[in-house]
Amino acid sequence: MTDTPVLSVRDLVVEIPTRHGVLRPVDHVSYDIRAGEILGVVGESGAGKSMGGNAVIGLLDRPARIVAGEVLLSGQPIHDLTGDAIRRLRGKKMGMIFQDPLTSLNPLLTIGEQLTETILEHLDVGQTEARKRAIAALEEVGIPAAAQRINSYPHEFSGGMRQRVVIALALCAEPDLVIADEPTTALDVSVQAQIVALLKRLCRDRGVAVMLVTHDMGVIAEAADRVAVMYAGRLAELGPVREVLTNARHPYTAGLMASTPLASQGRKRLRQIPGAMPRLGALPSGCAFHPRCEFAQDQCRAEPGPTLDRCDGRAACWFPLTTDQKVSA
Amino acid sequence: MTEAAETSAQSPTSRARRIWDSDFMWSFRHAPVAVVSFFVVVVLILGAVLAPLIAPHDPFDPATLNLMNGFTPPGDANAFTGDRFLLGTDDQGRDVFSTILYGMRISLFVGFAAVALAMVIGVTLGLLAGYLGGWVETIIMRVADVQLTFPAILVAMLIFGIAKGITPPEYRDQMAIWVLILAIGLSDWVQFARVVRGATLVEKSKEYVQAARLIGRTPFSIMLRHILPNVLNPVLVIATISLALAIIAEATLSFLGVGAPPTKPSLGTLIRIGQEFMFSGEWWILFFPALALLALALSINLLGDWLRDALNPRLR
Amino acid sequence: MSALISVRDLTRIFDVSKPWLNRVIERLPRALLTAVSEVSFDVPENSVYALVGESGSGKSTIGKIMVGLVPPSAGSVEINGVDLATETDTKKIEAVRDDIQMIFQDPFASLNPRWRVRDIIEEPVTAKSGKAEGLAERLLEQVGLSAADSGKYPHEFSGGQRQRICIARALASEPRIIVCDEPTSALDVSVQSQVLNLMSDLREDLGLTYLFISHDLTVVQHMADVIGVLYLGRLVEEAPRDRLFNHPKHPYTQMLFDAAPRMDAFGREIDPPKGEIPDAINPPPGCAFHPRCPLATEICRTERPKMRRIEDTRVACHHAT
Repeated sequence: MTDTPVLSVRDLVVEIPTRHGVLRPVDHVSYDIRAGEILGVVGESGAGKSMGGNAVIGLLDRPARIVAGEVLLSGQPIHDLTGDAIRRLRGKKMGMIFQDPLTSLNPLLTIGEQLTETILEHLDVGQTEARKRAIAALEEVGIPAAAQRINSYPHEFSGGMRQRVVIALALCAEPDLVIADEPTTALDVSVQAQIVALLKRLCRDRGVAVMLVTHDMGVIAEAADRVAVMYAGRLAELGPVREVLTNARHPYTAGLMASTPLASQGRKRLRQIPGAMPRLGALPSGCAFHPRCEFAQDQCRAEPGPTLDRCDGRAACWFPLTTDQKVSA
Repeated sequence: MTEAAETSAQSPTSRARRIWDSDFMWSFRHAPVAVVSFFVVVVLILGAVLAPLIAPHDPFDPATLNLMNGFTPPGDANAFTGDRFLLGTDDQGRDVFSTILYGMRISLFVGFAAVALAMVIGVTLGLLAGYLGGWVETIIMRVADVQLTFPAILVAMLIFGIAKGITPPEYRDQMAIWVLILAIGLSDWVQFARVVRGATLVEKSKEYVQAARLIGRTPFSIMLRHILPNVLNPVLVIATISLALAIIAEATLSFLGVGAPPTKPSLGTLIRIGQEFMFSGEWWILFFPALALLALALSINLLGDWLRDALNPRLR
Repeated sequence: MSALISVRDLTRIFDVSKPWLNRVIERLPRALLTAVSEVSFDVPENSVYALVGESGSGKSTIGKIMVGLVPPSAGSVEINGVDLATETDTKKIEAVRDDIQMIFQDPFASLNPRWRVRDIIEEPVTAKSGKAEGLAERLLEQVGLSAADSGKYPHEFSGGQRQRICIARALASEPRIIVCDEPTSALDVSVQSQVLNLMSDLREDLGLTYLFISHDLTVVQHMADVIGVLYLGRLVEEAPRDRLFNHPKHPYTQMLFDAAPRMDAFGREIDPPKGEIPDAINPPPGCAFHPRCPLATEICRTERPKMRRIEDTRVACHHAT
């Protein structure tokens, strides 16, 4: 394994021009994902987590566009690729798994046709070999009787099985990077556990780099190696998952962790962060979190929060929490 | 991201200012086709409404007509009387410009009235079918399906024929306009019913309707107060496009000779009269009414197209 | 403590057959989906009873039957001794309707976008031509919004604020019971805690009884006094909160607990549960859980287990001890 990360995002800025001004759903975001690593990206709705993932794979809907920064795939810049070039890269080098498996499967083709088509397009193999690989891919994601089910149509599968098919489809061209956007959100608890376990196994066995975008802290805790916490388009905190979740340095992360019902430990009331995430069109001055932050100082109100490379690299905060500081209710 | 792009709560400004700033008006101001169409429609409607004030002649008053003025080409002076007419005259010496203004009055009146009729019938039946379901829905939608298998103009002619058969001959000319409205309206309700039924099915499954049900609201009250306001957007779009279609349908029927009588000519009647002279060199008698019809129908249609896009949140 | 809500052998069957003509041509049998099957439980006044289960467990259907949105196929729901489905005295029906309200899952679909907040909140009262002067303003402040918001439209609010408006509407008729159908699953974590806290406060202040429907075990653990676990329309286990979480008896409950993602389970390598929820139209015979159950034996395949009481727990399993 070389030292070059599979995915390297540097100072990425995505902007959407609107009639009310320019919005920045992704604002100077930087992170790396190495081979065999799962990077969890968490945030609440509107934090820019999905937009960040879409920017990486070149799936931004107009008028959103990358205005600064770069995206490197195995050291090669891909953020300025367009049209066919990025399309070829998607599928071959990057696989995608979305929340709703039905949107990524063609209802009119059997899953075998879809798998072999993808394999033939991206790998230098013949028809028979492609079919063999398709069956192997289905077996790998745990679809029973793969050789028979390969001739079924997407609607003949249950939700969980369909998501397995999508994972097989994302992985069949042997990509280096998989971007999973809320892959378990639409699934039941028991099926969710199966999919999380499957993602982890594939990542480990294949050495694929995985970007796991989700709002579910529990899924992140179980699956991710490192976690990136997004708030209002910015990276609030980035670090090893155990460190970030048990010992948050950014007040937002700490508040988020404390407000989950699991952390209440029998108390009558949950801790809560006051207010809600600001809309992108109406960001407060200074650090976007300061109106909700109990530790906010004058500097937080005046200056935007530091980006990670200009502070300790862990929490984008002027006054990161120390171990003995705890958020109160 | 459309949500983030919405205006946040504004400080109290004047109502006009708020409307001007709304997303709807913004999209209107940034659609040149819509703006141009809108002004064309407004000018044409104003012309039609104000016809008695601005028309140089009253084409329905035989006293002002001079048969000697017949076939005056546009802009030229008449060889006998020396009168000049902007768009020329027809065989009876009527000013084409004036007949167009008065013709548009009838065309627009028939169009609006027919669409209103179709809308009332279609929205009511669509709401009932969508909300009540069951056999009510089956009957309404089957009738709609059957009617859709005939061309609308055929249905209109059929209704027109029946109505004409049962009205006494002496009232026929007076009744003609109302029969036209009935015929076009009844041939056009299906579109409204289908769209409203579809939208109603969507709204019905939403939780605010369940909330109203569990309070004990009656189905009638839920349809009227909760669902109807939420299905009006597509109705508005269809109404606009239907208006253009109704005007054309009226013109077609009148052209075929089953519509507005020559004593009260609509644009279609004028075109029918005009086509008799097309090959004898008096082109203007056909050309200008046809142009007016085209401008009216096209600009209403373009406005409808824009409205559909502007009201569709997915296309924003 | 007598039961405020009493559910007895509640069953609801939906006809999900294709249209008659399709059935004749394709020679299909009638398809009947048993969404709720012989469910019984009691909810005492001023307590929180939670129904948990995955999709197809029938938890939402039970909630809808309770508020009268869906009639039961068999069995009964009595609220304060009145059964909405069979009661004929309109006065009693009105009284029960005022007593029971509902909060829905999707705060973006549960408020009529064309109505002002004031009209939405006051509808439960104005629909019965009651006077509602200043009611919306008072309720808005009670749920943590400002009285000045009453003139706005729903689209001007965030998801969490909308859910507060829904709660305000539910409170308008001064109910004793609120059925909460996944009230926070569409909300973000930081907003979820605000709404849950508000619900706890209201329960204390107004002495409310909640029927809390959720798939999220952590939320249920925080909110509920007694929890009923549903699987394929059947109640498989019911126990007080701490007892259920410390000593789950039914293998399905255990499986749910094991599978739920945990905040402290870093890099946990679990053996994920086997299989998926079966088709509710053709549920497995005997115990519906037997194809996925590690304890399943012959009797589970043939005989539907009866509800048994083991200390504080009621459980429907042949092998639970």
